[in-house]
Amino acid sequence: MTGTALSDTELSSHVAAGIRPRRFGSWYVAEHRLLAMRAYGQTIVATSIGNPLVYLFALGVGLASLVDADLGSGSGGAVSYLTFVAPALLASAAVTVATEEFTYPVLASFKWNPVFSSMGASPVSSAQIANGTIIAVALRIVATCLIYFGVMILFGAVPSALGALGILTATLTGVAVGVVIMAYTSTVLEDKGQMAIIMRFIITPLFLFSGTFFPLSTLPFYLQWIGWISPLWHGTELGRVLAYGQSEPVWLTVVHLAYLLAVTVAGWVAAQRIVERRLNK
Amino acid sequence: MGVAQFGSLARLSPVPAPVITASNLTKKYKDFAAVDGISFEVAPGESFGLLGPNGAGKSTTMRMVGAVSTRTSGDLSILGLDPNSHGPEIRSQLGVVPQADNLDAELRVRDNLIVYGRYFGIPRSVVAKRADELLEFAQLADRAKAKVDDLSGGMKRRLTIARALVNEPRILLLDEPTTGLDPQARHILWDRLFRLKEQGTTLLLTTHYMDEAEQLCDRLVVVDKGAIMAEGSPADLIRLHSSREVLEVRFGSDRNAAVAQQIAGVGDRIEVLPDRILVYSADGEAELAHLLSLGLEPLTSLVRRSSLEDVFLRLTGRTLIE
Repeated sequence: MTGTALSDTELSSHVAAGIRPRRFGSWYVAEHRLLAMRAYGQTIVATSIGNPLVYLFALGVGLASLVDADLGSGSGGAVSYLTFVAPALLASAAVTVATEEFTYPVLASFKWNPVFSSMGASPVSSAQIANGTIIAVALRIVATCLIYFGVMILFGAVPSALGALGILTATLTGVAVGVVIMAYTSTVLEDKGQMAIIMRFIITPLFLFSGTFFPLSTLPFYLQWIGWISPLWHGTELGRVLAYGQSEPVWLTVVHLAYLLAVTVAGWVAAQRIVERRLNK
Repeated sequence: MGVAQFGSLARLSPVPAPVITASNLTKKYKDFAAVDGISFEVAPGESFGLLGPNGAGKSTTMRMVGAVSTRTSGDLSILGLDPNSHGPEIRSQLGVVPQADNLDAELRVRDNLIVYGRYFGIPRSVVAKRADELLEFAQLADRAKAKVDDLSGGMKRRLTIARALVNEPRILLLDEPTTGLDPQARHILWDRLFRLKEQGTTLLLTTHYMDEAEQLCDRLVVVDKGAIMAEGSPADLIRLHSSREVLEVRFGSDRNAAVAQQIAGVGDRIEVLPDRILVYSADGEAELAHLLSLGLEPLTSLVRRSSLEDVFLRLTGRTLIE
């Protein structure tokens, strides 16, 4: 080195500049993402209100009039189809938002509107970029679930007050599925229709075979595994336990929650690492 | 008291500590060395350039200095800190203008600055005030609420530079700042960059335009294939590696090579390009007169000052823009 070394005060002022970004970087990224969501804010609000109205009416009122099968019982006796299907629709709505937000928007943030690279040049770290993206979507899912739950109440679909906790378990379900999708999307370099494949061949079957519209036990045994590995089934069952006290062993309820948490942690860490690897070229 | 005074005097060294020190800096992708052991230092307030063709390793160097890309080997210190351990701290003092604009098209012009300022932990009220000042500086004040996609190329570039300044950086990294801009937009941008330089901001820029390097750089390195070919001020490099003037003559692409053989001894040196012959000399007009006296009549002739383009051609045998 030809010049003198930096003085200690200079050096410590340089180090101090990193304190806030290191602490709050994830939140700054989330702020950015939430602001960007405002661009399609009207769509978000419209679908958040419209979806539950349409689904609950069509399934809970329309289809329900044809359903007289035994759907199991809750703490208040036999449940109506509306009560049975509502927690499942809530969890499904969370998964739908997660799928929407973690497919094209994430791919776009790497490629077509490369905001991740601009964030990467700022003090925030790659892991914080992943965190902030996930936090922002989680907040959008909470908002969606709140509205959904409100509509469920209007339809009289939630017998138990504990059902409100279903907002949290549904959000967890959405995040669990979402972080796994984000981890995958972050590996996609060229869009060759992978996003459409995720929706058609992964999310839609999950929706149909996760005990959403009928109890998983009514499926042939060789198809039931889809439910067991599906975060949506675990989230749906949790929601039913909370909303109307669906009878099931306690250990199974614990498994539902543990499975969702495990998938969330694994997917989240994977997403962080993959984003980091992709941005550090 | 005497000792204390002496101590503080020792710190007031006439040579300030470099803000960037790269030594044997290397970046490899599998077997390919994009940056192959380059060393340089940048002093505070200095405007330092990396000049070289596409693929020379300039952008990779910038990404390593920007604490975004991890080096494979060598040493790198930015503001006295190692990017491997202090990435966030280093990045918090840098302004980065990447080669391709990466503004957020989902946000309005002013929001791009606000959101970016938040990444540095700047309070909302401060960043709002700064955003307005920067829009003024970037001549975009009347576009504050515009969509990014509605801006021209030059405006996007200025907005990217404004964004890079939102944290009042100590060092500004500019990767090909004016590539793809029309001449007028380039001149506006050069003017803005020159003002920053006057205010004491350290600039590290890459370019493959020699005129840009001559306009903006106090000192530069010529980079080719991941290695440094020469280092110095634009004037020094030209003096060392080229003649004062260059005579450019065209005899038609089919005759250039033949004429070049004929005039082999003329001037200090001759370069034959596909479309023209360059005669390096202290006095271009005299060389032209010499050619005419030999009975050679070029289709066109031009005498100009030597430029960094000539330096590059001399050092690498290739032109900068191929």
